[in-house]
Amino acid sequence: MRHLLRIRGLPVGQARAILDEAPRYLDVADQPVPRTPALLGRTVVLLFREPSTRTRSSFQLAAKRLSAEPLAFASASSSLSKGETFLDTARTLAAMAPDIIVTRSRESGIPELLAREIPTASVVNAGDGISEHPTQALLDAFTIRRHRGRVRGLTVAIIGDLLHSRVFRSNALLLTMLGARVRCAGPPTLMPPGLERLGVEPRPSVEEALRGADAVMVLRIQHERMHDSFIPSRREYFHEFGLTEERLRPTRDAIVLHPGPLNRAVEISSAVADGPRSVILEQVRNGVAVRMAVLAEIARGRPRGRRRRD
Amino acid sequence: MTEALLIRGGRLVDPVAGLDAVADLRLARGRIAGIGPEAAERGDREFDAGGLVIAPGFCDMHVHFREPGHEYRETVATGAAAAAAGGFTDVGCMANTDPVNDSPAITTHIRRLGQEAGGARVHPIAATTRGMRGERISEFGALARAGAVAVSDDGLPIVNPAVMLRALEYSRYFDLPVIEHCETLELTGDGVMREGAFATCIGLPGIPSASEYLAVERNIGLAEVARARLHIAHISTARAVAAVARAKASGIRVTAEATPHHLLLTDEAVGSFDTAAKMKPPLAAEVDRQTLLGAIADGTIDAIATDHAPHHEDEKCRSFQNAPFGIVGLETAVGLVLDRLVRPGLISLGRAVRLLSTGPRRILGLPGGDLKPGSPADLTLLDLEASAVVRPKSFRSLGRNTPFGGCELTGQPAGVFVGGRAILRG
Ligand SMILES: [Zn+2]
Repeated sequence: MRHLLRIRGLPVGQARAILDEAPRYLDVADQPVPRTPALLGRTVVLLFREPSTRTRSSFQLAAKRLSAEPLAFASASSSLSKGETFLDTARTLAAMAPDIIVTRSRESGIPELLAREIPTASVVNAGDGISEHPTQALLDAFTIRRHRGRVRGLTVAIIGDLLHSRVFRSNALLLTMLGARVRCAGPPTLMPPGLERLGVEPRPSVEEALRGADAVMVLRIQHERMHDSFIPSRREYFHEFGLTEERLRPTRDAIVLHPGPLNRAVEISSAVADGPRSVILEQVRNGVAVRMAVLAEIARGRPRGRRRRD
Repeated sequence: MTEALLIRGGRLVDPVAGLDAVADLRLARGRIAGIGPEAAERGDREFDAGGLVIAPGFCDMHVHFREPGHEYRETVATGAAAAAAGGFTDVGCMANTDPVNDSPAITTHIRRLGQEAGGARVHPIAATTRGMRGERISEFGALARAGAVAVSDDGLPIVNPAVMLRALEYSRYFDLPVIEHCETLELTGDGVMREGAFATCIGLPGIPSASEYLAVERNIGLAEVARARLHIAHISTARAVAAVARAKASGIRVTAEATPHHLLLTDEAVGSFDTAAKMKPPLAAEVDRQTLLGAIADGTIDAIATDHAPHHEDEKCRSFQNAPFGIVGLETAVGLVLDRLVRPGLISLGRAVRLLSTGPRRILGLPGGDLKPGSPADLTLLDLEASAVVRPKSFRSLGRNTPFGGCELTGQPAGVFVGGRAILRG
């Protein structure tokens, strides 16, 4: 695998290979010295142009456990958050000859742009705009697989802000690719048109989406959505669309996933978030392993020694 | 005394006269002097147009030249040369220069630059409001006297309906069309492509079709009240076209143009975040495209215009969301119309000429658009058999931002006559 730009266009065999490899890296975490040399001597740059403690820490830890020296290149506060300087950023980065660039951006499509502008590096998408968050989807699928033994044939309900969610899009693409049925529901203002084309089934209510589900994925509601009149208030959102124990009842003992950070009593009740069905903290742990698997898989495909100039 | 020229053996296509026949055409003193075997006079120079179509000069009523202000994107000279190379004898250039063309001095300046360029004729379109701020209307009288052929704040919509109404009412006195970029900014929001299944699939913020439709309906309503001439720029959606058809049927003085890219591409052309497919209005759905095709065939749409919007390569090499809106069109439009619309029979050659010449000239009040004796000797020559691959690097325009690079198009402009002066290709 050269890059992990997004789930769209990712061969299903490649996705399965990562999911199959990930358990090995869970074991690494349990060793007395949690290190493996897969990325020894490799340069991994974390180019985060949007604040994200979780994903960045997760990638950082993954790179360290693979014996790489991760380098945090930029934060959102720097001038790099403006598109005008993007080309210059890319050229500066290219001059450092990194092996892998892990990128997070406010705008969609940045990973492709980086891959084009820095042809010597491999690019991993850690979230681009409202488009995709492929490693999140991989870790979610991995988490579901560990609990349910498989993904194929399962019914997964995704609830919340589908319109602005890269987590939703990557999950919809990956889970359907792996043979799951994906249903979704949320406020009509946050349901984009043409969802069928992503292979998911929009349902008219949260309750209908949840009925018989094996796994429930709750999406984060951002504060801005109220200012833009997508939803009237947090209180009403929780009341109408929030995941509560009562709403969970008609599922098939569904596990509950959330990409974090949680808005308690907005999209999810504390009782559910901290309850027996919640696998939220496990997702964090699995995230490091899955990202290790992704980085290692990419490193395997890169020649050592002389840098590629293609 | 100007030398007369006899154009021999061309296929003359004049949609106004309903003419489509091989005949000679005589030009003298910058005008069409006669048609047919009797037209020739002793001492005429001759031009062999065997195998070529001779049409009244094409007019692109919607281009953006970047002078004054952003000459690195396009100058009047490079734009006028691109237009002539693309088969246009006349262009209407929009006012969003820097400074904005909201004064007779700038209008005169642009006209003079056009005359010096020696390419297609450049007709300035002045800003509807001062500084294109949408607050106070500009001096239509002085601007018209300086040579402005229309007013438009294109690039931006006029948000305030009272300002739009007054602009329409005031324009009536000078018989200037008000060209409006119909967009509802609040509905566009941070959208960068058409809202729909494809935007949902790839994850880019969408612009709903209601953004255009609402503005079109509002402006038609205001034009009706004002009894003024409204021209809708770059119409792109089925509902907006239906609104124009209804307005025309009820006698409102509205006209509309469509671009080649909206006629030929859909939102899917965005592909993998291709900034060459980013423009306003955004490429729409297939149903919209089909409606546009029907509307150019049945006359609901009066003109094909390119919305030629050159940008620098670096500007289009940003992320999709940060890249500027707009693509170039002057050097691809005629080939696209001939290859993709006329050859497959979606419209006749006569209809194409009407959309590229007669229609836009009438809207802008320019003479010609036909091959009648007395009309200006503005001609577009077409070679329907010539094939060429679109190569942005060899454009006369400084802008290279086109989604049609690499397309092979059969049917090409072979040259133009501007006031009897030949500008030939190759
Ligand atoms: Zn416009």
